[in-house]
Amino acid sequence: MSDHAFLGPQYRRPHLRECLESLGIIGPLVSITAGWQEREGEIEELRAHVAMPVSDLGLYARAEHVHAADPALAAATRERQDRLQELQDLYRVRLASLMGAVAELAAQPGASPALRRARLSALGDVRRLDRQHLLATQREHHSFAHHWQPGRRPSIVPHVETLRAAIERAAAVLIAGGHVAVLLNRLRLFGVAALARGKPLIAWSAGAMAVSDRVVLFHDRPPQGAAHAEVLEAGLGLVPGVVPLPHAHVRLALDDAGRVREFARRFAPARCLTLEHGSLLRWHRGRLIEARDVRRLARSGQVADVQA
Amino acid sequence: MSGPLTQLLSAGPPDGAALDAFIAEHDIPLVYREGVTFLYRGEADGVFLRMFISGLPAAQPLERVDGSDLWLLKLSLPAGSRFEYKFEVQRDGAAAWITDPLNPIRASDPFGVNSVCQGFGYLPPEWTLPDGSARAGSFEEFAIDSRHLGRRPVQLYLPARFRRTRRYPLLVLHDGTDYLRYAGLKSVLDNLVHRLEIPPLIVALIDSPDRLRDYVGLDAHADFLVEELLPSVAARVPLDPDPAARGAMGASLGSVASLHAAWRHPGTFGRLLLQSGSFAFTDIGENRRGPVFEPVVRFMNAFRARPGRPAERIYVSCGIYESLIYENRSLVPLLTEQRMQVRYEEARDGHNWQNWRDRLRAGLTFLFPGPLWMVYE
Repeated sequence: MSDHAFLGPQYRRPHLRECLESLGIIGPLVSITAGWQEREGEIEELRAHVAMPVSDLGLYARAEHVHAADPALAAATRERQDRLQELQDLYRVRLASLMGAVAELAAQPGASPALRRARLSALGDVRRLDRQHLLATQREHHSFAHHWQPGRRPSIVPHVETLRAAIERAAAVLIAGGHVAVLLNRLRLFGVAALARGKPLIAWSAGAMAVSDRVVLFHDRPPQGAAHAEVLEAGLGLVPGVVPLPHAHVRLALDDAGRVREFARRFAPARCLTLEHGSLLRWHRGRLIEARDVRRLARSGQVADVQA
Repeated sequence: MSGPLTQLLSAGPPDGAALDAFIAEHDIPLVYREGVTFLYRGEADGVFLRMFISGLPAAQPLERVDGSDLWLLKLSLPAGSRFEYKFEVQRDGAAAWITDPLNPIRASDPFGVNSVCQGFGYLPPEWTLPDGSARAGSFEEFAIDSRHLGRRPVQLYLPARFRRTRRYPLLVLHDGTDYLRYAGLKSVLDNLVHRLEIPPLIVALIDSPDRLRDYVGLDAHADFLVEELLPSVAARVPLDPDPAARGAMGASLGSVASLHAAWRHPGTFGRLLLQSGSFAFTDIGENRRGPVFEPVVRFMNAFRARPGRPAERIYVSCGIYESLIYENRSLVPLLTEQRMQVRYEEARDGHNWQNWRDRLRAGLTFLFPGPLWMVYE
């Protein structure tokens, strides 16, 4: 297993170059910016920042080409996405109800044994629902992969070979943020997890979320709708046991001990880690060896600095 | 009356130096949880608070503190309120309307400048303020030689990182220039897009040289929007053709124009944002709002008789200090009965641009929810 790193957002105040230096990487690099959708590949600022050759793998555009050339796969993909959306909508309805119970019990005064048990049980119900949803989405993806065998389709194989060669030539793979579901779908379609095996991987924001083992969507203060974090689906699992939380200081009420406690307990034993501007997490052979400007949502309700 | 002021006056009429010091140390008017106290200093025969709160007298006298040039008025005011006002100062048989010399908070509108009373707990929303970290949108201008209305200029707001390879939602905005000048529209759009609370969207800002003709339910105006403006914009920028990605909005008569266009051309605008709409109607009897409102009343009466389904989703807001609150409240059940998704919001504010500014986030995010949950940059 190679070195992997998670960074905070790179917009305006990037620190990717520092990270590359600390990893001893001197290029060339490949980037994955599929999460930027129609802006994919606009990496002039990124190139100028890292001051080494970077080529973008163009996964978003490649997926468009694949779907244009392979209408049957495109239709099946749309149907799968519709089913996933339906699962997400149904999950959200059930989640709202269960989170309502969690909030109501948390608001009740007292700490009797019965109340404590009820609170634990309510949170357990949420965790069970999260697991069910994760499994349901995984079943969809497995069924799709089994039936459509993307890795063997003529519409995809040439792209995969091109990607394999590009990644082999690269010193590291960069995965930028953006739309996490779009990014994740493209990573899956071209089997990037397998192609990047053994390569240092540096991911930020949605990129970090996509390569973790479970993608958690979150916002405590949305302008509309409920503020319940949601499990989207499984990530690539390249960096397991972590729930990355980009821009946590904006998206989460980190000063609300109750919410922090609830969030941390809901997703335990995974570590819920903030990724802000300047944050760096680095793993070597699966072990966290460096943490800078990263905080962890603790089950106590505190938000504490992370030490490697 | 606030504690510090009571203390100041308890020892008798304060001298000029004591008053100067007091004013220098405090924000005027004096705001506290239950209300507000206005202060005016100067020689006058009478001083009146002139304000625009429906239900309260339009002029309320300040009382002079004996032996000083200080005038006071205490007013109950619910927390979170905001209203605009002037002082009328009468002296030697003449009256002048002036902004409050001791209050630096002002608001502008097409008719001039008012002082602003921000009640206890009110703060301008932070998303209305320019944010240096937000990517800035840009403007393009063009004109349409309309067979309905003559030559009309249009400003197009293009979101930051605009790409011709992408299709965008479109919002048609009445009184666009006033929204830019008085409601901080540019900052609001830049901020909400940057924060992913609304999608990158294009806004077509239009203005009228004669609102009292164009915005009162004029068929030609509605036809201009649908037959000329929309195709002209679509020819210039890539638009999402789904009606759910197309909206119209306005304030006051601009709301009437928006609702009328959507009603006359159902299926065109999937989204409506209606702020403090001048939705005058008569259930029985005569229109009592004056001749300007005659065409509005004709349209609204026709609309209320046959509302149809002008849009799928509608956001309506109104200030409870406005005389139009009754008409706006009345609209909500009518829209809801037509199975439209309706969000209605009231504010402790009046018929003014900062009220409309402060409601933009709720309205825009309801009508055009952004990719907040999915995008992490």
